[in-house]
Amino acid sequence: MENLTTQNNTENTEIIHESTLYAEPIFYIGSFSITNALFTSWIAVLTIVLIVFAIRKNLKEVPKGIQNFFEIIFEGALSLCDQVTNSRKITEKVFPLAFAIFFFVLVNNWLGILPLGGFGLLEKTDEGIAFVPFIRSGTADINTTLALSLLSVIGANIFGIVSIGLWKSFNKYVNLKALGSIAIKIRKDPVVLIVAPVTFFVGVLELIGEFAKIASLSFRLFGNVFAGEVLLLSMSAIIAYGLPVPFLFLEIFVGVIQAFIFSILVLVYFTIASQDHDTHDEKEHQNINEKITV
Amino acid sequence: MDLIPLAKALAIGLGAIGPGIGVGLIGAKAMEAIGRNPEASGKVLVPMLIASAFAEAIAIYALVIAFSIK
Repeated sequence: MENLTTQNNTENTEIIHESTLYAEPIFYIGSFSITNALFTSWIAVLTIVLIVFAIRKNLKEVPKGIQNFFEIIFEGALSLCDQVTNSRKITEKVFPLAFAIFFFVLVNNWLGILPLGGFGLLEKTDEGIAFVPFIRSGTADINTTLALSLLSVIGANIFGIVSIGLWKSFNKYVNLKALGSIAIKIRKDPVVLIVAPVTFFVGVLELIGEFAKIASLSFRLFGNVFAGEVLLLSMSAIIAYGLPVPFLFLEIFVGVIQAFIFSILVLVYFTIASQDHDTHDEKEHQNINEKITV
Repeated sequence: MDLIPLAKALAIGLGAIGPGIGVGLIGAKAMEAIGRNPEASGKVLVPMLIASAFAEAIAIYALVIAFSIK
């Protein structure tokens, strides 16, 4: 018997490096498992908080060094935000959330490609010894990205209710106004019998679109970051030296782009939610009229 | 017969066709725009990158499906 077990042990000493779709638990607090993605997102939050306090402490009228750098980023982001929302009022309300999401996602993406992947635990599984790294970018876990996108889409709808009212934002999805207009307008204008059901159906489509937003936001970010990790792993499995370098650059770039896209989309959703459909149409007509008169 | 590797290959292979065409079109149009107006290259670059990231994301969906086939 003893011989058999030792043989089994020697067979299974090869360490398996496998990147799984789900984040793996690294330690437990009570019965609550802390996965490596959750752990990394804590590190990300800690990093951001430390940077913020470091800058906050040395804040000066005339910027110097690192404050200068962040002021450039901040100003650029603010003007970009103005371009998207088209009004300073909305920008002032939404910008903090979008900028915070940008930094959280960015730091998470970059933590994943830091060369700290070598630190980890060795865990015994049925197939042998598996390697579990401590660091896995938080955005390479579907739970993080799903939470972020749920937060932003639900937040956008609440923002819409606050800024244009409950009745109007409810009518965006379940268009009772259009159905009601049948009874009012049918004598003057029989075309409303065709137009109103179509408008109602468009509202239903927007309701489905809201869920599509959640799915596309979360899967885009998760897929990009996770695919990047798998790509790096498989490239370093082919040739460990030299070959992964261009892909590392690509991943740094993808990290920025994805964080940027996520926050821009959050901005766009908030802006759309805060706009009233009817007044929006009127504005368009005004613009067209102005163009014609010019 | 084990069809799982085939399923994985088909998922990513077929799923990458559309986004490939999309990214190609975006790049081609951007080059055209820069060719017509070389001074606008700075303005074209950022929207081009965003649009191509959107197109690329569709290939990424297929990649996620390919990874999750077990």
